[in-house]
Amino acid sequence: MRRTLQSIPLLLLISIILYAILYNMPGGPLAPYLANPHITPADIARLKHNLGMDQPVPIQYLKWLLHVLTGDMGYSTSNSEPVLQAILERLPATLELMLTSFVFSLAIGVTAGIVSAVYRYTAVDYLITTLAFFGQSMPVFWFALMMQLAFAVHGIPLPFGYQIQLPSAGISASDTFDWGDRLSHLILPTIVLSLLSLALFSRFMRSSLLEVLNTDYMRTAAAKGLAFRAILFKHGLKNALIPVVTIVALSLPGVLGGAIITEDIFAWPGTGRLFYNGLTQGDISLLMGILIILAVAVVFSNLLADVVYAWLDPRVKYD
Amino acid sequence: MSASIPLQPGAVDDDQNVSKVTFWTRLRRHKLAIAGIVVLSIIVLAAVFAKQLAPFDPNAIDEVHWQGPPLPPCFVDHAQCWGHVLGTDEVGRDLFSRLLFGARISLMVGFFAVLMEVLIGTSLGAIAGYYGKWVDWSIMRVTDVFLSIPLLPLLLVLTAIVAASSSKAALNFGVIVLIIGALSWMSVARLVRASFLSLREREFAEAARAVGNRDGRIIFRHLLPNAIAPIIVQATLDIAGVIILESTLSFLGFGIQPPTASWGNMLSNAQATVETAWWAAVFPGVCILVTVLAINYIGDGLRDALDPNMR
Repeated sequence: MRRTLQSIPLLLLISIILYAILYNMPGGPLAPYLANPHITPADIARLKHNLGMDQPVPIQYLKWLLHVLTGDMGYSTSNSEPVLQAILERLPATLELMLTSFVFSLAIGVTAGIVSAVYRYTAVDYLITTLAFFGQSMPVFWFALMMQLAFAVHGIPLPFGYQIQLPSAGISASDTFDWGDRLSHLILPTIVLSLLSLALFSRFMRSSLLEVLNTDYMRTAAAKGLAFRAILFKHGLKNALIPVVTIVALSLPGVLGGAIITEDIFAWPGTGRLFYNGLTQGDISLLMGILIILAVAVVFSNLLADVVYAWLDPRVKYD
Repeated sequence: MSASIPLQPGAVDDDQNVSKVTFWTRLRRHKLAIAGIVVLSIIVLAAVFAKQLAPFDPNAIDEVHWQGPPLPPCFVDHAQCWGHVLGTDEVGRDLFSRLLFGARISLMVGFFAVLMEVLIGTSLGAIAGYYGKWVDWSIMRVTDVFLSIPLLPLLLVLTAIVAASSSKAALNFGVIVLIIGALSWMSVARLVRASFLSLREREFAEAARAVGNRDGRIIFRHLLPNAIAPIIVQATLDIAGVIILESTLSFLGFGIQPPTASWGNMLSNAQATVETAWWAAVFPGVCILVTVLAINYIGDGLRDALDPNMR
């Protein structure tokens, strides 16, 4: 409960800092109009007055905050619609991509980490840890480019004369809703977006499980004569999976950043692409709205991770 | 202040001699870190001597041979490459020369941004950990704020604002370093704070206080040298992270601006011709991957060598 309350001043502070950075920059939200030769200085002054930009900054901030709290995040100049509406329209596509990639990277990453820890110092372990290192060192945008080059441009030849040629564009133009088509378009962006967290999860899972395998209670279980498989699944994984909750929450900011790159490269019609378009057009209100939502998501997921952690592990207590 | 000397340095010197021996033996045992050091040294040398090594001017267009499509690398088509070892980009500039000069940008942005990050992070972390109480509380809340805003979107917004307020040409080397460095100090600050919280309670710190040292001297001469190991590891790994960040910004058009070659902006041009000129899309990325991989392995080796208990 106390932690929940703590996140409120944190979010306020975030909003103050973001507001200070974004709205005090030259041009501010009016930058798109300043460049327009048909808009006279008098128009600008009127716009400033209408938007309350002639008032002291703290007043402006408080007004802005009140509006945001009632769901009004301003007007997106690059989309000609309210910011919140623009974001909500594109959110499902982003969530679809992020959830798929989350399930994918969690399943594969955790499995790889377990295999790596159980078969420690074998060829399999070296292969997995090396791949994880590559995954962590790979620039996401270049990986996306290479996947496009390999699959979408050239096609990977398979035996029996087949070629996998994966579509690279986001969602297909066909009118009918086709699950197979929909899924095939998800494959490349999902792989690209998952790469970093995949590497992170597998490395983390490996070290977490190794730590648990070294504990006294694991030795006791082994001394009782239980089969390794039974010990691993009954005692080992149960305890080793707990810290993974934390790393999942910590990986969120990186995934959100990765979503911008992935959506931009694969023309995925989500909020990441919306953000990039807003960026190129200087749409401050839109950028501010997206940044605030991202920060809320990060703060909330950290909070959730703490709660889940304490629930899973009775040894942890927060005051 | 001579009274402070006999109390502490002897003990620390002994410690350092012991750890120096184990440090080198441990580092040497980490074969991948050694490989990383070799590879990185080669890249650094290539960057330093880019001017001497580059067969062409990196920004010059080969007007004689380039006819529109990018020229192929020599190992692909020896007759058509006209001396461009790795081919040219989409406007006929020598790829190999651009890669050499791009190495300069990547390594220098990495080094200077991390230097800045370490200076800010260490100062804030040391002040927070040493003084504790409300000072610590307020510094850590600011740290929380910056950790809660996803870094890449924030960097993009800041660079976009700089670009909008004057022009994209304003996004030069210094501005990029400044923006990245100013926003990535949080992990260093947390590390230093954690070590300072425990170090300030140790006996040598108390002794240094008891003989009347000023706070600044205690922080820099007594506590900081004992907190340096995790900073070095974090800084090394962060150089790799910053190189990826810079290339990502440049790729998206909000980093180093053309015609200056950076591995990131070379890729952003190559995206359009990826179907016909794979070399322009492949080689800059390989450079980023190899450099980052080498630095990450060095960081991993340093972590094992400096303190096997660190995770």
